[in-house]
Formats: sequence, structure tokens, C-alpha cells
Amino acid sequence: MGTADVEAVWRIESARIVAALTRFTGDFGLAEDAAQEAVAEALVSWPLDPPANPAGWLMATARRRAIDAIRRRAALRDRYALLAADPTVDSAVDGDVDPDRIDDDVLALMFISCHPVLSPEARVALTLRVVAGLSSEEIARAFLVPVPTVQARITRAKKTIAAAGVPFELPPAGERRERLGGVLSVLYVIFTEGSTATSGDRLVRPDVAYEAIRLTRTLAALQPDEPEVHGLLALCELTAARFPARTGRDGSPVMLEDQDRRRWDFSAIRRGLDALARASTRGLGPYGLQAAIAATHATAPSVEATDWDRIVVLYEALGRVAPSPVVELNRAVAVAMTSGPARALAIVDELIASNRLPGSHLVPTVRGELLARLGRRSEARAELELAARLCANERERSVLLRKAAALS
Amino acid sequence: MAQYMLIMRGTDESNAAMMANIDEMMATSRQFIDDLFKAGVFVAAEGLDDAAQGVVVDFSGEAPVVTDGPYGETKELFGGYFMLDVASKEEAVEWARRVPAAPGSKIEVRRVLGGDETPESDA
Repeated sequence: MGTADVEAVWRIESARIVAALTRFTGDFGLAEDAAQEAVAEALVSWPLDPPANPAGWLMATARRRAIDAIRRRAALRDRYALLAADPTVDSAVDGDVDPDRIDDDVLALMFISCHPVLSPEARVALTLRVVAGLSSEEIARAFLVPVPTVQARITRAKKTIAAAGVPFELPPAGERRERLGGVLSVLYVIFTEGSTATSGDRLVRPDVAYEAIRLTRTLAALQPDEPEVHGLLALCELTAARFPARTGRDGSPVMLEDQDRRRWDFSAIRRGLDALARASTRGLGPYGLQAAIAATHATAPSVEATDWDRIVVLYEALGRVAPSPVVELNRAVAVAMTSGPARALAIVDELIASNRLPGSHLVPTVRGELLARLGRRSEARAELELAARLCANERERSVLLRKAAALS
Repeated sequence: MAQYMLIMRGTDESNAAMMANIDEMMATSRQFIDDLFKAGVFVAAEGLDDAAQGVVVDFSGEAPVVTDGPYGETKELFGGYFMLDVASKEEAVEWARRVPAAPGSKIEVRRVLGGDETPESDA
């Protein structure tokens, strides 16, 4: 068994291992460290002596490392004695585990990783580390930050959770719905980063986006009665379905109207539509509405044949349940398709007048496009050049500059 | 992420063994699929009806010939599949190790080509 095999087992088992260890030890940071040590040991020993039950091996080794660590802490000697005498520890390692309990453990792990005491960056790093099982190096690569920064975020996050005395348990039912929103937003941030990298030279980082999809699927399996989880899953699947057509062979972005729709991932579209159906049992929430918009695009044969009226209605609904300037801007784009660029420009100018999206390259991008369609070429060029200056993604910037140049 | 198909290849003996314990097999299969769901990797899984109920369309002649068999010559039959969305071939193999399969059967792990990929690009 090589490194890739260890990674494969770790990907499948890490959340369950860390979750179970956290419950045994009551110490989330310790559990995570012990699990990491077990993986390090596996990387050394498995190539020479492959275990018959790799998951059990990791769990048993991690548990031993956790007990070692507790033993070293003199102040926790009593707890160690208790642990060592606890029969549930051994039975769980022997594979006699209660699957329902494990599910609750993994869910609790998701809620802890996305706990409100943590900064948004820490929530993202911790979720990718302890729930998805990514290494600090992988997280650093995904978010284009130095490895020590990720390590520091994770260490600080674990200390914060310990200092705040966050218990290892599912939030009470009343609180859960509210906290679930936080978990969903972390998954959405991860997906969005993969879907359109905020900086750097690549438009899409599919691995990051797929990691978010996978975590969202897990959450949907554990919380099947929460429509918004299915809504987010639908949104991610339907957005990711377009990835194969979103970039050209050279990595440059391809706009929606120029995409070869035959390259869309139809099984992802089908999964997205299934998830959307499950999301819409009691009316759609913000993620479900965005997914419904994505579904309208995904099922249209072309930009012209898209049901833009429906998209305008969906954006209006979204603007009511989750008002935001970005939603308003997207509504303007849809309005341009149904009622023409002049009506859309009025919406954009209102946004600018209220200064609700300062510094974003999206406002001048849309304004530039609308002005170009109205034949106001020099104003359009100035807007697109402004958009290029504000845009941090190199691929997107070069498209904007090309469009601006075409207007002179 | 890539999609892999885990193709179940039973033998007459392993299929018979499976049918003899069908309730237990169904329960363990459901548990396995549940695990796949919770790991976020499940795409699809289906079992196929008895091979004797199928037909073969044979292209060895000038025109395709449809016959009900022959299956007797092949010992290992394609009995069903799991489609998984995983990060690596190793992960697909690790899941394949965990499939509840009857003794004697085999599982073939094949990557599913995406978009405009051709088999050559898999090399």
C-alpha cells in the first residue's frame, strides 16, 4: 500500500475517526492531532506491512496516540483512568460501532468546524481539514495562501474552540436551524472559491468546488429534512455542470452565450434537478432559488431560448428573501434580456447611486456591457477598463480588456 | 474528482450463493450504499436482471444478429454496477474493497470518461 492508498482510506474515514475520538476524549484539538499522527504512522508502516483493516488500524492507532497525549498531561491523569476503564472505547475500535451515533458525531464535527466563535477563514480551513480530511498543504494550494498561514489558522481555531468551551455535541434543535445556515455558508464559500477563483491565474479550481459538493452531499445525507441543504447541493451541482464548457483549451473564460452546451455535465444536471426537487417541498429558500435560476440555464438549449422571464421572477423572489446588491446586479442582467438594456441600466445606476457594491469589478462589467448594447461605445469602454483594473482574476481581466479594446 | 464504475462480475456459483442469502445481501448492500451517500461519493447503483433474460446483439456478421445468448462461454457475468464520484483511482479501489460481494465474484474498477475525452487520454 502506497501513499495514495493511505490518502484514499483517510479521505473516506477521517471525519468518522476525528469525530469518534473527539467524543471519547472530549477534546477536539487532541483528537485532530492524534488522527494526524496516525496518518503519519500509516504512511511509514503501510507500504511495508499493509493492515487487513485499514480503517480499524487508523482508528486504533489514533486512539492510542490520543491516550498517550492524555497520559502526558499530568492534570488530566484522572480522565485517562476513566477513559482506559471505559468499555465503549474498545468496543468502538473493534468495529462494533453504532452507525447512528457516528452520523451524529460527523454532523457535530461539521457544526463545530463552522462554529460562530471562529472567523470565516478559520471555519473554512477547519472544515476542509477535519471534515474533508485535506492537508494544510492542500488547503493552502486551494486558497492561494502560504502553508504556515493555514497551519496558524487551524491551530488558532482549535485553541479558540477549547477556550470557548465549545462542547462536542449537536446544537439543540432550536439552535440547529440557525447554525445550519452558518455551515451552509462555509460550504458555499468553499464552492464559490473553486467555482470562480477570487485571485490567481486560473478561473476555476474544480478540486475545491468538488470538495464542497462532496461535503454538501454528506450534509444532505445526514440532514435529509432540511430543504436548504438540498438547495445548496442543487446549486453546486448545476453550477459545476457547466465547468467543462466554462474555459477554453488555453484556460481562458468562455462566456455563457459562447459555451458549447454539449460539453455540460448532464449527469450533474440530473443530480442537480433531483436535489432541487427535494429542496422545493416547502417553497424555496435563498440557495434553492439560486439553484432554480441555475436549473433554468442548465435546461435551456441556448441563451436566446432561455426562460429569462422566469429568471427575472426568481431574482425578484431572491431579492425579497435574501436582498443583496449582487442579486440586484444579476437581476439587472436578466432584465436586460427580457426588457432591454435601458431598463437594466436604470437598475445598475440605482445600485451605483446608493454605493452598495463599492470597489467590485462586477458593477462596471455589467454597466459596460449594457452601454455597449446601447451603442454608447466610449462610455462602455471606460467602464470595462475600470472593471479590468478592479478585477483580481487574471483570466477574467484579460477578457475585460479584450472587450474594451474591441470597442475602440 | 472523477467518476468510476465498479462493475460487479459474479460467477454462476457466487450468484447462486448471493441468491441463497438474498435478504442479508440486500441489507448489507443498503448499508453500503448508505455509506457511499454519507461520504458524498454516490452517483448511481443498479443491479441487472438474470443474464438468461438478456439478449446479445452480435456484430460479427454483415448485419447485427440478435440472439438470446450465448452466455455459457463466459464464466464471469456483469451483474450490476456502482457509479462513484471520487478523488482518485485509489479511493475507487478502496470503496470496491468494501462492496458486499459474494465469495468468488470479482469487481472491475473503470474510470468513466468525461466530456470529449478519448480512451487514449487515460494512458
